[in-house]
Amino acid sequence: MTRSVSFTVNGHRRTVAAPPMKRLLDVLREDLGLTGTKEGCGEGECGACSVLINNELVNSCLVPVLQVEGATVCTVEELAKHGDLHPLQQAFAEAGGAQCGICTPGMLTAAIYLLRKNPHPTRAEIREGLSGNLCRCTGYGKIVEAVYKASGSDR
Amino acid sequence: MSHRVVGTPVLRKEVRGKLTGQACYVDDMSVPGMLHGATVRSRVPRGIIREIRFDTGVPWDEFTVVSADDIPGQNLVALIYQDQPCLASGRVNHLHEPVLLIAHEDKDVVRKARNLVRIEYDPLPTVFEMDESMDGNVIIWGEDNVFKSYTLNKGDIDAVWPEAAFIVEGEYATGAQEQLYIEPNGMLATADPETGVTVWGSLQCPFYVHKALCVLFGLPSEKIRVVQQETGGAFGGKEEYPSIIAGHAALLAWKSGRPVKLIYDREEDMAATTKRHPSRTRHRTAVSQDGRLLGMEIEFVIDGGAYATLSSVVLSRGTIHAAGPYRCDNVRIRSTAVATNTPPHGAFRGFGAPQSIFAVERHMDKVARTVGLTPEEFRRRNLLRTGETTATGQTITQPMDLAALQSKALDAANYDEKILRFANENQGSTRKSGIGFATFFHGAGFTGSGERYLQSVVELELTQSGRVCVSASMTEMGQGTNTVLTQIAAEALGADYEAIEIKRPDTAAVPNSGPTVASRTSMVIGRLVEKAAQELKSKLQVGGYLAESYVPDQFEKACARYACEQGPLSVRAQYQEPPGIYWDDQTYRGDAYGAYSWATYVATVTVDTSTGEVTVDDFVAVQEVGKVLNPVLAEGQIEGGVVQGIGLALYEKVVWRNGGMMNNQMTNYIIPTAVDTPPIRVLFDEIPYEHGAMGAKGIGELPMDGPAPAILNAIENATGVSFSRVPLLPEEILQALKQPEEVAV
Repeated sequence: MTRSVSFTVNGHRRTVAAPPMKRLLDVLREDLGLTGTKEGCGEGECGACSVLINNELVNSCLVPVLQVEGATVCTVEELAKHGDLHPLQQAFAEAGGAQCGICTPGMLTAAIYLLRKNPHPTRAEIREGLSGNLCRCTGYGKIVEAVYKASGSDR
Repeated sequence: MSHRVVGTPVLRKEVRGKLTGQACYVDDMSVPGMLHGATVRSRVPRGIIREIRFDTGVPWDEFTVVSADDIPGQNLVALIYQDQPCLASGRVNHLHEPVLLIAHEDKDVVRKARNLVRIEYDPLPTVFEMDESMDGNVIIWGEDNVFKSYTLNKGDIDAVWPEAAFIVEGEYATGAQEQLYIEPNGMLATADPETGVTVWGSLQCPFYVHKALCVLFGLPSEKIRVVQQETGGAFGGKEEYPSIIAGHAALLAWKSGRPVKLIYDREEDMAATTKRHPSRTRHRTAVSQDGRLLGMEIEFVIDGGAYATLSSVVLSRGTIHAAGPYRCDNVRIRSTAVATNTPPHGAFRGFGAPQSIFAVERHMDKVARTVGLTPEEFRRRNLLRTGETTATGQTITQPMDLAALQSKALDAANYDEKILRFANENQGSTRKSGIGFATFFHGAGFTGSGERYLQSVVELELTQSGRVCVSASMTEMGQGTNTVLTQIAAEALGADYEAIEIKRPDTAAVPNSGPTVASRTSMVIGRLVEKAAQELKSKLQVGGYLAESYVPDQFEKACARYACEQGPLSVRAQYQEPPGIYWDDQTYRGDAYGAYSWATYVATVTVDTSTGEVTVDDFVAVQEVGKVLNPVLAEGQIEGGVVQGIGLALYEKVVWRNGGMMNNQMTNYIIPTAVDTPPIRVLFDEIPYEHGAMGAKGIGELPMDGPAPAILNAIENATGVSFSRVPLLPEEILQALKQPEEVAV
């Protein structure tokens, strides 16, 4: 059984026909071809599938698609505009915040959310803000520095 | 020597795709007509398969079902020993062993259906503990449950005991640890008798998978192609197991005639794939009155699980590192890898060394205390110096001063000041701080004759547009292969970083430069890239295309002109053993590694004695790794390894029941988060290694070795209680603080 669900993704109005309980993660990846959002655990622990729904940070593996009817969804694909990296992405590149890259889309999304709520966080606030996103490569230090740098707090 | 590109923090080569979501991991691939595969696994730890039934209510005619009978070649995971079937046939030897494969167009349908295949077993007796396995009352593998054993002898250990002023004994243990790459394992395969087999996937070692598929399908090597997709972390966990997944996906594709994608979910990945070998180490140490090591007798045992996989090699590295970086004339190390009915343990960053180094670095603190010296002074009197020999009899020829490196690390951590201050502040407080450290080494590259057998090859090619393409089987899995090899090529060629391309590892397109393991990429393969680049440059110069001195722009123009006038140009370089290296596989004597990296790691912790919780407040990591090729990447390797080490020490406990992992979820297998992680201060000493690329030595595994012993040494400093096994969880600390007299060691 499928049903039609309409929502805005990265500024574009999209309508998909999907089973209502299909995970938003799968709809993004399979129905809309937005494979930047990753699955790491499928149970809301690792944060690799983080997206913004109406500017709130969520794990898209825990959200049935019917819940986003009429909502606005932002994924990592929205960050770079016209081929230019977002300043946060640039900061990740320079600081070494991405290694294997699999947690990076979710980490960027969580950092965007954090910086909207708290434009000039301390390093401790960044660690707290990103504690729902697991990274196994970096040890987190360079991710924290990237976010700190992007916030302009180092200037 | 000054460098333009090497030693600078150039941006990661493939970073853009990773930041924008465009990087293509295997689960991001989708091809027309693709089926989704799933694996039906054993639910008993050991038994004879009596009957396989397919539940009614499932449209099985829509499925492709593969059993061992469908394997065109040998039912074998080709690696070192010939003991592991690709699909169980007749019997199973561990929980979660693959028995059947199923595939269907609908991913959800196939995942549900795999639970609706019923397999009945006649159970067989099982062995889950190392001691039980060594007792040999139940034989589950070979004649004696032993995959491999080594005895390493130096001097005459039996003669030292009478002259020892102190004899210190200790027993130490480490648990299984899950690699927990954030991208679960997965493969996509196409297969048919005409064109052969192609797999795309998340993997470390394309030619390991290639070899395994040749045997499984009985096809010649040109009919098998293995392509690495972007790989979301590996840490050893994608060294050997991907051969099984690739085989499974390809078998389903072979039978169905359709492309098949086989992606593990997290629970399956954690339950079924390899983990770090659990270990137990016993030390007996003879020490003189003035605190000199006279003799070290060490027994090292690891649990290999149900099949041999890489256990013999893991054991080898653990054995060689077991005596630590100490000068001792009399050493005997006996080591054994034993079989149990658990899923096979396998490669994980450090590869046996973190286990045996945990033991020796805990034990050295105990010896120091017994002798009446501080841990730093006891080590200072016994650390290896240039010209002295390791436990295998290898003479350290590189100029180095490990005692000075240790002092540098302790100074950076304010060690002396903290020792005094904590002793004072801890009085009467429920929160007790402590500081501890470990001094250690890690051999880079394959052990012993390994590199000589591998005979690795790399190739550099000129492209039509005047760029140079580096072709090797080294995989990028986050550690920085693409970037570092590019830097080395650019430096050696006098070219811009942007003028170098890296070919994607694809067994049909790149030479075999061996597996991406053992901290060998920068040091060994980077050196081959450097040599090939020097030859390519020389050819351009001899041909009159390039002047003796030039700027990067002129290099690109020379390449373009050469390509236009002369056509393709490619240069290969093959590994040659550096002169003066000698290793005896029979006696385990000689030059175990081409080079060692050296380090002292210092942990500052606070133990909450009311809850048993430990926080790591500060961490200093000082190491000598030869030339640092890219400071940002190198720091990233150290910081990431340290945090995995913190996980090994304090968080990551695999809970076993009936030979299987019970907590195979991220919810209850806990790895450190950003708030659990201290600032890590990384400092490098750089002593160029003459046979490594631009002076580089290995770096990737080293940081896994030091954190666990440093942290437990710090906990002992804080609490006065000596703990001897990791992971060390709050409940165990709390228990020990209540009953200190009952704590062993």
